[in-house]
Amino acid sequence: MALETTQIQDKLVETFGESVFHFNQEKDLFSLEVAADKITAVILFLKNDPTLRFHFLTDLCGVHYPDNVVERQFAVVYHLHNWYENKRIKIKAFLNGEKPEIKSVSNIFLCSNWMERETYDFYGINFIGHPQLKRILNMDEMISHPMRKEFPMEDGGRTDKDDRFFGRTPQKDNK
Amino acid sequence: MSELLLPPEHRYAKIIQEHHNEDGSELSVLNLGPTHPATHGIFQNVLLMDGEKILEAEPTIGYIHRAFEKIAENRPFYQITPLTDRMNYCSSPINNMGWWMTMEKLLDIEVPKRAQYLRVIVMELARITDHLICNSILGVDTGAYTGFLYVFQFREKVYEIYEEICGARLTTNMGRMGGFERDWSPEAFRKLDIFLRDFPIAWKEFENLFERNRIFIDRTVNVGPISAEKAMAYGFTGPNLRAAGVDYDVRVAHPYSSYEDFDFIVPVGKSGDTYDRFCVRNAEVWESLSIIRQALAKMPEGNEFHADVPAYYLPPKEDVYHDMESLIYHFKIVMGEIPVPVAEVYHSVEGGNGEVGFYLVTDGSRTPYRLHFRRPCFIYYQAYPEMIKGAMLSDAIVILSSLNVIAGELDA
Repeated sequence: MALETTQIQDKLVETFGESVFHFNQEKDLFSLEVAADKITAVILFLKNDPTLRFHFLTDLCGVHYPDNVVERQFAVVYHLHNWYENKRIKIKAFLNGEKPEIKSVSNIFLCSNWMERETYDFYGINFIGHPQLKRILNMDEMISHPMRKEFPMEDGGRTDKDDRFFGRTPQKDNK
Repeated sequence: MSELLLPPEHRYAKIIQEHHNEDGSELSVLNLGPTHPATHGIFQNVLLMDGEKILEAEPTIGYIHRAFEKIAENRPFYQITPLTDRMNYCSSPINNMGWWMTMEKLLDIEVPKRAQYLRVIVMELARITDHLICNSILGVDTGAYTGFLYVFQFREKVYEIYEEICGARLTTNMGRMGGFERDWSPEAFRKLDIFLRDFPIAWKEFENLFERNRIFIDRTVNVGPISAEKAMAYGFTGPNLRAAGVDYDVRVAHPYSSYEDFDFIVPVGKSGDTYDRFCVRNAEVWESLSIIRQALAKMPEGNEFHADVPAYYLPPKEDVYHDMESLIYHFKIVMGEIPVPVAEVYHSVEGGNGEVGFYLVTDGSRTPYRLHFRRPCFIYYQAYPEMIKGAMLSDAIVILSSLNVIAGELDA
């Protein structure tokens, strides 16, 4: 019997109550939101529960929403996959914009080690409990986190071209 | 000792100090890479060695990081394929098609069957070139140059087919939203037929050179093995995972572009060592050839090569000069003004090295709000230090090339 999304939802709500919400089926992907402080518990539950068995972490990445309220300015997105039932699930946890931090899942999924380092490198999200949280793709001397929306793509002082005519979204702070 | 290389606070320094060999010899530190010709790409590993044996490894990556995700946030959807080209540049058409399929999933575009089959053909050709390079380079690293020289000319043949299809060879930037930019020429099909006639003969000979070769077996069997559990924990996908015995393949698990219409097996290995990885890739090449043949045989009649979506698919150039509507669409598409919903999609395809995923967040503007590439190399390269622990230096090279870590995909 295939794993139904309602089954996943019921199990999670039963176990975690208010901490899991915004269940949503978008295109082919079932997604939900998790309160950031419950992330390791939820992921561990999804992995170890004998019917859910989301045993594979496909992807982990960050998203920056500077226009949101301060409690929801960063998001960490987890894509889990259950190969037995061939079911994917997307989990999103929103973080505070001033001090983004979340518990690391590196002791649940070995592969999240570098993915969390990458997210830290590009967004400055602090993964509590990560064994070696340091930059991975950028150089160690870098002081900013370049995937944040306020980080300009090009030199803001350039006057020789108008970004609007090159298919680029104008940077707010440059204008 | 290695003071010159190693800062005193480095964790190796303590290990070296506390380690005492019976014969009085000391541990040494070796910097493998970043630009060593044997590593085929920019990989740096600081190795702690006891004689010829590797005790610890510390990889540094990011040497060719080009900020593709940041660039993608500032580019209209049409200009993102060239970025995907440059990730796994050994099989760029797979990445291109993966990106277009992500867009099609976002916009609910139905691609005609014929275009889907053409995509399957080009993706399987790309898989063949990817595996061909990996396996023949593995031969080079174990000292067998002949096989490489012999099969490498067939990559050139595949590139000629790409050239007929899209005009480019390595970084193909192939396809459009909804199909291809133009129909395949008769010449492309002719070249494909010649390839299908000649390549299997060469590939069989290549296999014969290696599969039962005493030297090759000695160099690869039980070198860099990884168990299925470990491989899954490390996020392995693709041939490297299948070599460990797990039959996960995106083409079967989540069929895209009509892969469900074709009959093929997913080859698996057993021990996950270098030899199994080599054999799995070899077998996959045969499956790819079979898929291409099936696609050609089942190819629907007609000359449909793209979906009828004028808001997203560029009109024929000759119409643009005298047809107002075409001119408007042309202008809008070129300027990136296409209607895009506010949504989040994830789409993945089976790349040369595993699951290539695209996580796309849009906010209705002309650029992605966020685009994350799931790059299989980046994820499974984490296992490399563990895989080479206890191996010889020459094994480390062989393991690296059998994992087929592509620097472009690793660093994005």
